[in-house]
Amino acid sequence: MSILSIRNLQTEFRGPAGIARAVDGVSFDVNPGEIFGIVGESGCGKSATCRSILRLFAGATARIVGGEVILEGTGDLAQMRESDLARVRGREVAFIFQDPLTALNPTMRIGKQVAEVIRRHRKVSRTEAREAALQLLRDVHITSPERRLDAFPHELSGGLRQRVVIAMALALQPRLIIADEPTTALDVTVQDQILRLLKERRDGTGTSIIFITHDLGVVSQICDRMAVMYAGRVVETGSVRQVLDHPSHPYTRALLDALPGQVSRDRDLTPIEGSPPSLITPPSGCRFAPRCRVARPCCAQGAAPVLKPRSGVSADHLDACILTEVPDAIA
Amino acid sequence: MIQVIFKRLLMLVPVLIGITLIGFLLLQVMPGDAAERAMGTRASAEELAEMRRLWGLDLPVWQQYLLFLRDCLTGSFGVSIFHKKEVITLVAERLPFTLGIVALSTLIALVIALPFASLAALRRGRPADHAIRQIFVALIAVPPFWLSYVLILWLSLRLGWFPTGGVGEGLAENLYRLFLPSLVVGLSTAALIQQTLRAALIDTMKADYVDTARAKGLRRHEIFLRHVMPNSLISTISIIGVRVSWIIGGTVVVEKIFSVPGLGSLLIDAIVSRDLPVIRGLTVFFAIMVVIVNLITDILYALADPRVRLE
Repeated sequence: MSILSIRNLQTEFRGPAGIARAVDGVSFDVNPGEIFGIVGESGCGKSATCRSILRLFAGATARIVGGEVILEGTGDLAQMRESDLARVRGREVAFIFQDPLTALNPTMRIGKQVAEVIRRHRKVSRTEAREAALQLLRDVHITSPERRLDAFPHELSGGLRQRVVIAMALALQPRLIIADEPTTALDVTVQDQILRLLKERRDGTGTSIIFITHDLGVVSQICDRMAVMYAGRVVETGSVRQVLDHPSHPYTRALLDALPGQVSRDRDLTPIEGSPPSLITPPSGCRFAPRCRVARPCCAQGAAPVLKPRSGVSADHLDACILTEVPDAIA
Repeated sequence: MIQVIFKRLLMLVPVLIGITLIGFLLLQVMPGDAAERAMGTRASAEELAEMRRLWGLDLPVWQQYLLFLRDCLTGSFGVSIFHKKEVITLVAERLPFTLGIVALSTLIALVIALPFASLAALRRGRPADHAIRQIFVALIAVPPFWLSYVLILWLSLRLGWFPTGGVGEGLAENLYRLFLPSLVVGLSTAALIQQTLRAALIDTMKADYVDTARAKGLRRHEIFLRHVMPNSLISTISIIGVRVSWIIGGTVVVEKIFSVPGLGSLLIDAIVSRDLPVIRGLTVFFAIMVVIVNLITDILYALADPRVRLE
């Protein structure tokens, strides 16, 4: 039984240029204790998908217009009243934001910000919450945590701030943590520490993690299963080994070919020509077809293709390519 | 902190030298003779000469300037030709009323602006927001003298809730009597604060840490009161500071209408009667007040926002 099951999720953002369907029919499952990676270019809808789970749309006018977000034992989050969803946020499902520099309130002390989430969901005194906050800072390996409790965010480094954000996410031992590019704003050594911290947490408590990133290296480092998104849709999903070692969708292959680590010395990096399509007026058929090197005329017709297992491949490795046989030589 | 305050007060010196010089020279080119004004039209030539000698008006300009500087340094700011009192004494008599209007009007402004700014920000783009904007734009547009008379006609004469003007004895009595003039001043301050605060609130609501607060499961009112409001209020501190500096010398019309013996009416009376020492003294005094208010604003700003350091 999966802990989170997203079915045909559709989310629209209203902007000055029109309505963009940033998430258009996304489905995937997250199993207990697994780290599920979502990768894709900027604007592919990976962040919008995850924000849709808890309906955290910042200042944007966004709306879930279809589909289900089933949290095991709780129900469909997409249908839930805002006040009920507020009880799920932070307690059952926690969120880690991309930029630790802006994710903390600049005028509130660290200890109070961490204690706040505890006091919201548990009936504890101020001192008890402060003690718990202190322990949480210790848990995420913050040095001299007593001193940090009374610090303001700007007094901490980016890495420390991200640890504070993670401490807040871990506070109520949520079943699911959604991490939206938690390491993108950090430098590489700190990035590694944060990844290890998340992995350690999963290994210790069996918390599931959805990990959003555009870094395939990070995915292969910590994720168990993954989904590749393009233009608001999942184009390929499976275990990390299946997808990265035997990519079956042309977009996934093109992504891997554009990755420096995958290239042998005698071959150049292959960029993906063109740019992603508009989500306000998406093209018909396969959305990657205009940029795809193996596309045929039939690719750009009809409805967007759905995820299906490719014949002769494992049943849990799905892709959404219209062509039944994808030639290997894309580059 | 104390060091910083001291440094800032030291920076006053060049500002004040500039102010005294400009203030003094401008008054030299102002038409009208101070002695004639003080003595009336029937004074004889000898009497006028005696008057000029007494007040140093016959001295060369540079000597008059040095005398003025001496008066500033000794703290008297000169002696009024009309009142025959030291300017500092006149200021001390009137300052409480002006500060009363400053404090009361700012309080009234906050009480009005905070809820309406919150409501407008939470309902931005909707009818409530538009209605509030129209009302507050109207408040800015309405001339204070008109608003003063409307309030006098309505609240004083028709309903009899407030006196039509004047001041009385004791703090409570004066706060009551200063309420109407403070309301007139406070309404335009409220309009100013409402507009900036609304914009700041809308801006803050888009901040990442507000999303963090939502992700923690906090309820709407908790997010608004604990995270959005405090961070938005910081930007209104400087607005209030600028406004307070202005009110200290700029409420002439309201003071006149409500017969409040404040600094604004003192200045206007001095200009009308060519009471040069008072005009000059007040100019310097206002400059000092502006610098002090700015300093207090900066201190409050640094206290409210931990990222800002006073320097």
